[in-house]
Amino acid sequence: MERYYQPEIETASREQMLVWQNERLVKQVQHVWDNVPYYRKKMEEKGVTPGDIHGVEDLHKLPFLTKDDLREAYPYGLLAKPLGECVRIQSTSGTTGRRVVAFYTQHDVDLWEDCCARAIVAAGGTKEDVCHVSYGYGLFTGGPGLNGGSHKVGCLTLPMSSGNTDRQLQFMTDLGSTILCCTPSYAAYLAESIHERGLQDQIKLKAGIFGAEAWSEEMRRDIENKLGIKAYDIYGLTETSGPGVSFECSEQTGMHINEDHFIPEIIDPDTGEVLPEGSKGELVFTSITKEAFPLLRYHTRDICVLSRKKCSCGRTHVKMSKPMGRSDDMLIIRGVNVFPSQIETVLLEQGYPANYVMIVDRVNNSDTLEVQVEMTAENFSDSLAQITEKEKALVSALKAMLGIYAKVKLVAPKSITRSEGKAVRVIDNRKI
Amino acid sequence: MIIQQISIFLENRAGQLSEITDILAQSNIDLRAIHIAEATDYGVVRLIVSRPQEAANLLWDKGYILSTRPVVAAPVPDRPGGLAKVLHILADAGIDINYMYSMFGSRDEMAYMIFRVKDVKHLCAVLEANGLNGATPEELGIQ
Repeated sequence: MERYYQPEIETASREQMLVWQNERLVKQVQHVWDNVPYYRKKMEEKGVTPGDIHGVEDLHKLPFLTKDDLREAYPYGLLAKPLGECVRIQSTSGTTGRRVVAFYTQHDVDLWEDCCARAIVAAGGTKEDVCHVSYGYGLFTGGPGLNGGSHKVGCLTLPMSSGNTDRQLQFMTDLGSTILCCTPSYAAYLAESIHERGLQDQIKLKAGIFGAEAWSEEMRRDIENKLGIKAYDIYGLTETSGPGVSFECSEQTGMHINEDHFIPEIIDPDTGEVLPEGSKGELVFTSITKEAFPLLRYHTRDICVLSRKKCSCGRTHVKMSKPMGRSDDMLIIRGVNVFPSQIETVLLEQGYPANYVMIVDRVNNSDTLEVQVEMTAENFSDSLAQITEKEKALVSALKAMLGIYAKVKLVAPKSITRSEGKAVRVIDNRKI
Repeated sequence: MIIQQISIFLENRAGQLSEITDILAQSNIDLRAIHIAEATDYGVVRLIVSRPQEAANLLWDKGYILSTRPVVAAPVPDRPGGLAKVLHILADAGIDINYMYSMFGSRDEMAYMIFRVKDVKHLCAVLEANGLNGATPEELGIQ
């Protein structure tokens, strides 16, 4: 028997959903027009006023928002509520210049946690469960989001955060964790550690909710087999709230988008044209319930397909496929957003040529990043100690910029192909 | 006893070193000493050659990253305890050795070690004060 956190919403008819969406969209556009001069200007430039938006069918008239807008408007330019009404910020993983800060009112936090609660219930969670949250806590949305959702469901919540595998396993066995929430790569790592230590019999896990990075069906089966659980995907982005924008149900054939909060569109990333349902294209979201940080027509840069095929779980919300790629050059490495331009910045700062190659791979279910850089006369010395000292400084600077470790490989001068037109800066060997 | 050492950046892959020795061979430049310091992905090869300036120019033109610096070719009595004696002299004088390696061949019962130190002139003075008078570069086959 399928269970829902908010059955009347999750199984609502399409007609009912459109009524909600139309009403909320109209209200939201007015709210943004009244409170966000940055977006109002964009609307004025496009010759649109709130009066032109009567419902979802008018959505295409609104201007888009991109990450560049967020950067330009940083930090308060897209804020739609007085700071006095905001209670929280979350932010994307550490990137200079590309940092996104999202604001939440108490109501925003509440709705976000509802979305996460829906995901937990869809994964079989009840108030009898012990929900082990090993996403990072802090600015990253993963920990706080699932933590709040778990509270709402009434699970005993273990705010483990990431890392310290010994402690993770001790709590998991001693307190009998039944639901694990973390990145899929960390789940795979925990699964391996459990097998290495022979703890299989002491693990009571039944489900896992894994997101924030791409993972394959093969990886899903591997985690499911090793942990004896069912593994569910979850999707979200800080800009719209965090995890819980969409989540998988028992059918595991895509993630139901919480359409009562986020209206999805699929567009052609080059022309911005809205594509017919079922087309592959860039996912764009309009937040229709967020108060503090209501983004309209926000480019996620994730490429995917939407499907309204009837789902056996009974949920009526549209399903999105796993993201199949990106329409920009952003990479997600160990759950962290990485742009090649960040690496370029660090190299130039550290006195290396901006001619480099990033090699991304997945070894034992964990992402690896190698940056190949050419040696220069200025950085060379007859002393190995001096070279390695500079190399270490570069590794630290990359870590500070990206938030993850990158191995540096110094290569011979001119061994990296000079660009003729578009340079190949990224070699992604991951099979996802 | 002060001579020029050439250091070259080498990626760790088969054939890299032979490319360098080929270049030197083609110009009839003689190798007097070679030493390699290795890191995981690359190495630094240090050379003492018969015509250092010419070799450096040749390698630079071929696109190698290199640097040259003076090092000391110190005479070491070619018998048991010979190096120990020299190292004691350095230790007593408080001289730090960054690295050292040996040259090919010996002459008048003297072998030659290359010392990379901060102050090459000071090292020469200390060695001479202890009766270790080095050979000239010409005597070592270096122009």
